[in-house]
Amino acid sequence: MAGSYETSGEYIKHHLTNLTFGYTEEHGWGIAHGADEIKEMGFWAINIDSMAFSIGLGVLFLWWFRKIAKAATTETPTGWQNFIEMLCEFIDSSVRGSFSGRNPLIAPLSLTIFVWVFLLNLMDLIAVDLVPWLASLVGIPYLKIVPTTDPNITFGLALTVFILVLYYSVKIKGPGGFFAELAFHPFPKFMMPINLLLEGVTLIAKPISLALRLFGNMYAGEMIFILIALMYGGGWILGIFGGFLQLGWAIFHILIITLQAFIFMTLTIVYLDMASQEPH
Amino acid sequence: MNFNATLIGQMITFAVFVWFCMKYIWPPLMHALEERKAKIADGLAAAERGQKDLELAQARVTDNLKEAKVQAQEIINQAHKRANEMVDEAKEVAREEADKIKAAASADIEQQINSAREHLRKEVAAIAIAGTEQILKREVNAEAHGKVIDDMMAQI
Repeated sequence: MAGSYETSGEYIKHHLTNLTFGYTEEHGWGIAHGADEIKEMGFWAINIDSMAFSIGLGVLFLWWFRKIAKAATTETPTGWQNFIEMLCEFIDSSVRGSFSGRNPLIAPLSLTIFVWVFLLNLMDLIAVDLVPWLASLVGIPYLKIVPTTDPNITFGLALTVFILVLYYSVKIKGPGGFFAELAFHPFPKFMMPINLLLEGVTLIAKPISLALRLFGNMYAGEMIFILIALMYGGGWILGIFGGFLQLGWAIFHILIITLQAFIFMTLTIVYLDMASQEPH
Repeated sequence: MNFNATLIGQMITFAVFVWFCMKYIWPPLMHALEERKAKIADGLAAAERGQKDLELAQARVTDNLKEAKVQAQEIINQAHKRANEMVDEAKEVAREEADKIKAAASADIEQQINSAREHLRKEVAAIAIAGTEQILKREVNAEAHGKVIDDMMAQI
């Protein structure tokens, strides 16, 4: 597939460009043709591919779980019900283990994060060229099918978690208590500015690390898939070697995508637990 | 890294998904799990209760069996005793009967002996009278010598 591009650099660049809808001086409202136009569109543009896959997979997850949840009985669970109940129990025990308070939001939040992020990551295992090639047949110029390789998506998740952290911090500790935690912590009170700086960085680092960890892992994984795919254009021997590499990396990637989804969920629980601690 | 409105879209989507999950997915699943947990716990408790009941029943059965054995032994003993008694009674009755028969027989014999003796005596007396008549060659007057004859008869 790489053969249809002028250079391998162009191939990689093409694969890493989102299908973006926005406003440019030249074309008005429309789909961007390349990275430069995306830059020109600024903030008020939307990555259609990321959003579509993200919402599509989310709806798939919700529809599937809702179907099972509606049919759930106390009889012996069978098939997918068994699997989903196992998943729910696993998440429930994770929440019970890490979250000391009582909050009915945490467990569903964790379930959503785990399954949704897992599904978003799972798109990485579909051959890199397959879906964009099919899309190009119907005239879609760019398509990134792994939403978690789009920082907008990972930051969207992390910022929502961060808003929840702030909300519960203020709600449970009170504005004063939250401020006290930030201002009077590692050092005594008279060194308040330093405390604020240190704790502020700690606080801000939470969502950023959460988002960048997921994004970095998935982006790097996608990048390696693309690089391996480049080898198919390099003759028979490189192609076969690339096939083995792809298989190996894909198997390893199954571990990574599950692990990243789990880490995102666990850290969310931990951050919210810290936010919900009563002041001491 | 181009940040754009996708960020906001993702945040809204996320919030909606979490709300939906919290409202329509998590509670029914957890409810089913809890209910099943309770059901299994009940089942286990019932099984335990059944086990205990079984043990109790077995203990009762053993007790009953023991009691029945004792009773059976008693009945057998009583029967033995009763049988012995009956045998004894029968023996007693038989002995009495035998005694009676014996007594009757000896009375009979006695009577026959007496009657034979009487008969004999009469015969002897007649022979004696006849002998005496021969010896004396004359008639003995039975009336005149009745007394003598009677004495003689009494001596025989």
